[in-house]
Amino acid sequence: MSKHSTEHSCLLATFGHEDDLLDATKAARRQGYSIVDIFTPYAVHGLDRAMGLRPSRLTWVCFICGMTGALGMLFFEYWIGALAWAIDVGGKPWNSLPSTVPVAFEAAVFLAAFGSVFALFAVARLFPGKEAYPLIERVTDDHFVLVLDEVDARFDVSQVERLLQPFNLLGLEERVIATGGSR
Amino acid sequence: MDKLSLHGKATVANPPTTEEMATLRPTLITGGKVPADVTRDICAPMDRSPTALWWGAFSVAFTALVVGTVAVTYQIAMGIGTWGLNRTVGWAFDITNFVFWVGIGHAGTLISAVLFLFRQKWRTSVNRSAEAMTLIAVVCAGLFPVIHMGRPWLAFWMAPYPNTRGSLWVNFKSPLLWDVFAISTYLLVSAVFWYVGLIPDLATIRDRAKPGWRKQLATIFSLGWNGSTRTWSRYETVYMLLAGLATPLVFSVHTIVSMDFATAVIPGWHTTIFPPYFVAGAIFSGLAMVLTLMLIARKVMQLEDYITLLHVETMCKLMLSMGCIVGLAYGTEFFIAAFSGNPYEQFLFFNRALGPFSWAYWTMVACNVIIPQVLWFRPLRRNLAIVFVISVVVNIGMWFERFVIIVTSLHRDFLPSSWSDYTPTIVELTTLVGSFGLFFTCFLIFARFAPVIAMAEVKGVLENAPRSLDHDSAPGDAA
Repeated sequence: MSKHSTEHSCLLATFGHEDDLLDATKAARRQGYSIVDIFTPYAVHGLDRAMGLRPSRLTWVCFICGMTGALGMLFFEYWIGALAWAIDVGGKPWNSLPSTVPVAFEAAVFLAAFGSVFALFAVARLFPGKEAYPLIERVTDDHFVLVLDEVDARFDVSQVERLLQPFNLLGLEERVIATGGSR
Repeated sequence: MDKLSLHGKATVANPPTTEEMATLRPTLITGGKVPADVTRDICAPMDRSPTALWWGAFSVAFTALVVGTVAVTYQIAMGIGTWGLNRTVGWAFDITNFVFWVGIGHAGTLISAVLFLFRQKWRTSVNRSAEAMTLIAVVCAGLFPVIHMGRPWLAFWMAPYPNTRGSLWVNFKSPLLWDVFAISTYLLVSAVFWYVGLIPDLATIRDRAKPGWRKQLATIFSLGWNGSTRTWSRYETVYMLLAGLATPLVFSVHTIVSMDFATAVIPGWHTTIFPPYFVAGAIFSGLAMVLTLMLIARKVMQLEDYITLLHVETMCKLMLSMGCIVGLAYGTEFFIAAFSGNPYEQFLFFNRALGPFSWAYWTMVACNVIIPQVLWFRPLRRNLAIVFVISVVVNIGMWFERFVIIVTSLHRDFLPSSWSDYTPTIVELTTLVGSFGLFFTCFLIFARFAPVIAMAEVKGVLENAPRSLDHDSAPGDAA
């Protein structure tokens, strides 16, 4: 769904409890409705799977950055210790590996941590000063918003309302929102 | 869950009753809070003007900081000769303070990262302030080696960069250089971990703040966070990764700090027990500092429903277990010294316990090993006054531990002609006072301007918002 970046006519369903939201999401998905996104004040566990999101691939960014840090620093330490500035300490070998481990480890952690965080900012399009337009005033406080895509003419709001009503629906609102940029 | 559509009701198969939930898992947040209450309660101290109590504490802390700044300026202008060091005791107060403050930081990472990996939900009430404590403590710690250089404006020489002196590279085989990398990585990774955790809460502040400077700042730093589940899913992945990275990092940091000593051929330092001994001691002292700060914060900021007796008790148990590990390490050191047959080791430990610094040694044993034993008793763990006193006592004891390790190992050299004593000068004492001033000044500012409790995390563990069992027990649900 992230390939959409145009303006969409959407239906916003508001809930007041995470369990209601989770069950409503599962019900909506089972009925074949297209979920644009869900907005919650905190991470609701299991919601990503209920919504059908794939596990994030940011773990790979972390792994690659960590390996780059470790191998890069190992090479740098070897180059300094054995080639560029070889110091003879009591005849000990210049290319001794164990003494290079701590700094290589720190470099791995450093690059992996910063790499993952900056990758998160990049893919989630988070940047300083970005204006956020919360769909519902209280979405960062205590309300949960399920956003359904009004895909085509067959989309029937009253049918959706009947489906979601049992999950303590607090409000239902139709709105045109720009998807893609707001994620 | 497939029964849902049949029943048309939002129920879970065999939902646990409230009583069952209470038996399975004790209530973390009391007072029957709902998410809106969490937002209001945690943001309330930020909305109010500072109280007289806050101003009082801030002036004391800031005065201490000014005193310390004067002391540091003086010693940099005059030179390190203003300290009580001599040729035999070449490290004393300064490195004691350094190790002490690094250690304080470790509990913050333990609570935020290690307990996250262990799915300890109680951590959500204390992790934000514990992480802030970590950051500030590591800054305090980092100042000491820089001051110790004597010419702090040349601190950048510690970085490996091409230069016109050779290039003269740094020595990657020295633990002191490992320390530079460990401490700076620790500071930066802790900072980014803390900030990432803060983003959703900053968005909450942004959305409820009236237009003004606070809203503008929150808008800048919340990075346009809007609570999208797509972002939450990635965010949770990254948070898990950061916890997984911070956990070995925190163990590596104090391991490397201990190697500053353990790789030197000084009796009392040259032991393989040092890395685990230092890590346990660090977490021990850090937990004590978290307790000291939390017991004050919950009272002053009316957070009794968030930081409950359960939290205090759990931290007491952790502190007690760490204290026992530290006590075991003290005993092991003596046993190994006696068992080694090495006369230098044997003399050192004899001298440590009965020599001129025996008062410091026994202060350490009393504060770190004997007094914390009262925490075995539940009524005493739940007595906040006693816990507060013990937390302060442990902090004192852990400061003395570093002092004992450093000074008693150095002051009796291999050659009796080199034996020496050590007394700190007023410059060293005021520098220590100044570091406490810096710590509390920063912490008080944090408590005023940032949410001291991770709202977005606490909302997820509220008792009246129980997760149905099938989502909670599913593997990998945090990823």
